[in-house]
Amino acid sequence: MKLFKTLLLCTFALGNVFTAHANDGECQKHLQSYNQSIESNTNYQSDFNELVCRLVDASYQEKETLINSIVASENNKALLIIESLKSADLFYNKKNGDVVTRKKLENGKYQATSILSNEVLGEFKKRTLRKVGINNNLRRTINGLVAELQISSNDVSLRESAAAELLKSAEISALPLLEKALIKEENEKIKEILLTARALIYLQSDDQLARIEAIKFLDGSLYTETRNGLHAFLNRAKQENNGYAKVEVQLAQKTLDDINELMKLNGVLENVYFGVALGAVLLLAAIGLAITFGVMGVINMAHGEMIMLGAYTTFVIQQLMPNNIGLSLVVAVPAAFLVSGLVGVLIERSVIRHLYGRPLETLLATFGISLVLQQAVRSIFGPLNQDVQTPDWMAGTFTVNAGLELTFNRLYIIIFSLLVLAALAVVLKKTLFGLQMRAVTMNRPMASSMGIKTGWVDALTFGLGSGIAGIAGVALSQLTNVGPNLGQQYIIDSFMVVVFGGVGNLWGTLVGAMSLGIANKIFEPMAGAVLAKIIVLVAIILFIQKRPRGLFALKGRSVED
Amino acid sequence: MMGKFSKIAGVAALTLGAAIAQASDTIKVGVLHSLSGTMAISETTLKDTVLMMVEDQNKKGGLLGKKLEAVVVDPASNWPLFAEKTRELLAKDKVDVIFGCWTSVSRKSVLPVVEELNGLLFYPVQYEGEESSKNVFYTGAAPNQQAIPAVDYLMDQGVKRWVLAGTDYVYPRTTNKILESYLKSKGVSDKDIMINYTPFGHSDWQTIVSDVKKFGSTGKKAAVVSTINGDANVPFYKELANQGVSAEDIPVVAFSVGEEELSGFDTKPLVGHLAAWNYFMSAESDANDEFIDKWHAFTKNDERVTNDPMEATYIGFKMWTAAVEKAGSVDVDKVRSNMYGLEVPNLTGGTAVMNTNHHLSKPVLIGEIQEDGQFDIVWKTDSEVKGDAWTDFLPESKNLVSDWKSLDCGNYNTATKVCAGSQVAAE
Amino acid sequence: MTISQTQSPKLGPLATLLVGDKGGQRLLMAIIAVAIIFPFCNLVFSPDSIFHVSTYTLTLTGKYLCYALLALSVDLIWGYCGILSLGHGAFFALGGYAMGMYLMRQIGDRGVYGNPDLPDFMVFLNWGELPWYWFGFDQFWFSMLMVLLVPGTLAFVFGWLAFRSRVTGVYLSIITQALTYALMLAFFRNDMGFGGNNGLTDFKDILGFDLQSSGTRNVLFFASALALALGYLISRFITTSKLGRVLVSIRDAESRTRFLGYRVEHYKLFVFVASAMMAGVAGALYVPQVGIINPGEFTPINSIEIIIWVAVGGRGSLFGAVIGAVAVNYAKTYFTGAFAELWLFMLGGLFVLTTLYLPKGIVGWVKHIQEGDGKAAQWLALLSHKISNISFNKGA
Repeated sequence: MKLFKTLLLCTFALGNVFTAHANDGECQKHLQSYNQSIESNTNYQSDFNELVCRLVDASYQEKETLINSIVASENNKALLIIESLKSADLFYNKKNGDVVTRKKLENGKYQATSILSNEVLGEFKKRTLRKVGINNNLRRTINGLVAELQISSNDVSLRESAAAELLKSAEISALPLLEKALIKEENEKIKEILLTARALIYLQSDDQLARIEAIKFLDGSLYTETRNGLHAFLNRAKQENNGYAKVEVQLAQKTLDDINELMKLNGVLENVYFGVALGAVLLLAAIGLAITFGVMGVINMAHGEMIMLGAYTTFVIQQLMPNNIGLSLVVAVPAAFLVSGLVGVLIERSVIRHLYGRPLETLLATFGISLVLQQAVRSIFGPLNQDVQTPDWMAGTFTVNAGLELTFNRLYIIIFSLLVLAALAVVLKKTLFGLQMRAVTMNRPMASSMGIKTGWVDALTFGLGSGIAGIAGVALSQLTNVGPNLGQQYIIDSFMVVVFGGVGNLWGTLVGAMSLGIANKIFEPMAGAVLAKIIVLVAIILFIQKRPRGLFALKGRSVED
Repeated sequence: MMGKFSKIAGVAALTLGAAIAQASDTIKVGVLHSLSGTMAISETTLKDTVLMMVEDQNKKGGLLGKKLEAVVVDPASNWPLFAEKTRELLAKDKVDVIFGCWTSVSRKSVLPVVEELNGLLFYPVQYEGEESSKNVFYTGAAPNQQAIPAVDYLMDQGVKRWVLAGTDYVYPRTTNKILESYLKSKGVSDKDIMINYTPFGHSDWQTIVSDVKKFGSTGKKAAVVSTINGDANVPFYKELANQGVSAEDIPVVAFSVGEEELSGFDTKPLVGHLAAWNYFMSAESDANDEFIDKWHAFTKNDERVTNDPMEATYIGFKMWTAAVEKAGSVDVDKVRSNMYGLEVPNLTGGTAVMNTNHHLSKPVLIGEIQEDGQFDIVWKTDSEVKGDAWTDFLPESKNLVSDWKSLDCGNYNTATKVCAGSQVAAE
Repeated sequence: MTISQTQSPKLGPLATLLVGDKGGQRLLMAIIAVAIIFPFCNLVFSPDSIFHVSTYTLTLTGKYLCYALLALSVDLIWGYCGILSLGHGAFFALGGYAMGMYLMRQIGDRGVYGNPDLPDFMVFLNWGELPWYWFGFDQFWFSMLMVLLVPGTLAFVFGWLAFRSRVTGVYLSIITQALTYALMLAFFRNDMGFGGNNGLTDFKDILGFDLQSSGTRNVLFFASALALALGYLISRFITTSKLGRVLVSIRDAESRTRFLGYRVEHYKLFVFVASAMMAGVAGALYVPQVGIINPGEFTPINSIEIIIWVAVGGRGSLFGAVIGAVAVNYAKTYFTGAFAELWLFMLGGLFVLTTLYLPKGIVGWVKHIQEGDGKAAQWLALLSHKISNISFNKGA
């Protein structure tokens, strides 16, 4: 069918070679002799250009053969082509089958450049240029091929990922390549990966001694692949009667058990990390509320929307600097603080100012504001979630040991949340504004008679709390949906944290957030995510009975209201 | 941009509504999609799709010589409000047809009202099946049009271990139950199936993704079949990306993630994860190109994507207009009897047929997520699959069939030869 | 409608309760008028007649009446005892579930799978038998008892713990919110046996009467109006008794009241439980009229909305709560239909403006005008008249 199509296309092109010259693609020329050879059923030596052109119409299985041949041709474009195929940068012109890369132009159209001749082929509409299809199996094949090419690269990180790829596949055919790479390799980490890969290959060999050596080497190795390999080994030993000795099976089993024991410890560590990370998210979400609600006593239902505004600010900043995603997040922090903070000041000056002394009515007003803000965002940005990108420096994992990889973004969020808290504590304790703020919340008339502009302090305090919520939005944009409902997800949890920790106490907020996060993660493996949350909520209710003013209660007369 | 547009559309609909209220010679089309609350993210698009179809039909001169008029209401993601608004549309606004609902619970809430007032509802979303109402046409996929072909595909790719992860509500529960029984019938053992449910809007996926990784590291190839719904998907995929679960190692096939969901996040780390639908925007056909162009013109935004529920809305609308023309009337009973066997070209280049069980026959496609947020179609069924209202993989619904033409019954028990249930009692 | 005629023989024993409560008198009159006129107009006049009240209007008003009763229950504890419950939706939903379970059992073998004992969703999720907590719900009396007892018991246990430990103010508000949030999560779980996200739906009949027949609808409507009137009288009774005055003193100065020798927690507990039961009744009447109960009713936002109805109407005024519930919900119905894209702006704006310019709600505003120029009595009459005769036919 596909062949037929190609032929048709080809004859069509041939027929029109004089009339429709502009539409005539280079690939049609490259494919001519190939098509003729198919027609006449003669043997024919493929050339590189033709292989690349055939990618367009090939099935996924055919593509795999083609890719292998392309790499085997050792053409200097081979690596470029298969890598662009894998990263989905390889396109073809729907009209004539030319294989191209594309670049977006100012006018919304795309400029196509031939990958074979580097010739600029002109401007095209988006849907004229189709992607050369690829699926997961092909990606795996390409990864393997690229790894084989890159294991001798000079770049350490490229070598490392290539080694990891070889470890993953651990195919016997790769053994000579491995041995070659091992001789040259000086980097300890890469060497270890390669040795493990070699051991895993030996594990599949027919030589009993080699197998036992391999198992011995794998003792204490925490790579996922090691466990996979040992599992597979034990399964083979169970299924076939292929002369695996009892000794080695036992040894393998013991090695696996030892590794699993170590992994359990890893599991606990990982769980604690998850708990702290969740705690950090709760902390970020709640710090702003600890100011507006905890310090000022405003039952701020619009707090979640301040977080949302921060997240949308991140989105806008990224739209403004699309080529600098990494930097954009850094810029977004002060920007979000300003945007949310200004909106906060505005809300305070226009609404909340009139409601001091009537805390319950702030609930009503701020709830109204939250509805308005949600709808405003929905009207401006649309109801869909916005695509906030993750900068490269936040993506990925860092390796604690081979079996425990923790995510970078959570680590940054933990650090970030603590920094924000520390900065806030400094503002409150060490600056004049902090002093005035505390004075106003403790005794308004007295502060006022001391010459403090209480109205101004109120507005700034509310702005500060809102601004911090905005900063939280920047961090949360990396974890969750950036949409009009973002704030709703966090508002209840934030109130729980502040109340649990004790209203008006920053340390309470920190301890509250962390204990709720960790408790959640301790219960989750046992009870599942939902029950864990229910257990934590019931625990809060019961805890409040024990300490009716939260974990760190404020003492003194002002407490009784 | 979109916001401005939707405002204009709203105002347009309003003025249109006001203008036409005096002239009663219009055919009213009710639009019952949430424009606020948690479901607005998905449903607003469908409202716009219906408005686009109405505008398009009016450009062609309307229907039966009358103009179409859209009546838009906002049930605000509130399930009892869905029932109230349905009654408002049918009893007060006297609409001739309703396009609406997304979640199962909203449909369940609306069902008694449309049955009581003999309305006509087109429901455009994939769902759990186990229902066939006289007054509802289901243009989304039933489980056999999505889940089972997807699992077949993955088995073909060598997957041996299965994680069935879903949001804890009826659609994932049903789908997973069907899949579990299907997988076991294919010889997959209990310990190779892991089932996990999470609440709506679940946002902390660290533990679950880490469990999936562990489940996938036993030497056998593993895959995740995800029926995770709506808002929970973004943090789920972000966590997958962050923990480095790549599609080459553990592919995730999703039934609720389409182009529109993907437009909400960065898909670069997710390339190769899968979705099964009856439509992808990347499908090659002239009808699809035309539809996409219209959509871009209507929304005045070239970046807007199209998705499967939009196609289902499109097919439903086309079928309804065809049935109305055939019947020469908008009378619900006449339109209904003219629906059966009706064929409408679908956007992926075949034809969709309305069966007597009120479900469509449609092709099933499997696509891999691409860097640009689109899907690359990697597999397609040879022919259209007939939607099955009552699944054959569950003991209690095995004997049930739906046939509104010859049996006049939505849940006829072939064993006891009776037509049980709500539809009979309601009459 | 003449307003001065409150001393009708039917209301005789209650006269003392309503002395000096002009708003209450008018409200009761309005409720009774609605309770009689609406069903009458629905049944007697043909749909073409201008006097016809459509079934749509009837069910909608019935829903408002249930909300009004719910608002009343919140005002009783918030307006008169200072307990700001951000979780009252939970009691409403529990009452609703108790009723829903009864209606579910009434379906019997008419479900799609034809199982005589198990509701469809249980057949579907492979439940072998009915869980223990579903027993008894096939009996109407038992279910009605549960409508009162389940919310009542929960309120008792919760209140007993909280009030004894002197949890007050925002702490109390937040743990009531935690309560409804936890219940919401629990009811969302399909393993709980309450139908998960879909909840309970597809009801057929109540006490053998078809729920979709207009007769049943009108009876339910009448029952809601009656329940609201009774709820009002009970609340009025509580607030005007000595107990009520203690409650107000607790609201205004809890410690002082305690020092005077009152067992504050007992008073609070009593009124909290009474309020929860009233909310439960409201929920039970709500479910058959809207035809569905699901965990969405437990969402904390719903509970906050109840507070808002009360605040808009006028906290601390029983009839204010009723007016607030009806006014806000009518606004919501109207806005979501007429301004589908913009209604959140309007509703949100309404809340902000109410707090800023009507600090005591609609009722307080009217009183203010009354004190100002004396004309407001007429205005109030007009208002209550309007609310009782709201026309729902002003569509887009």
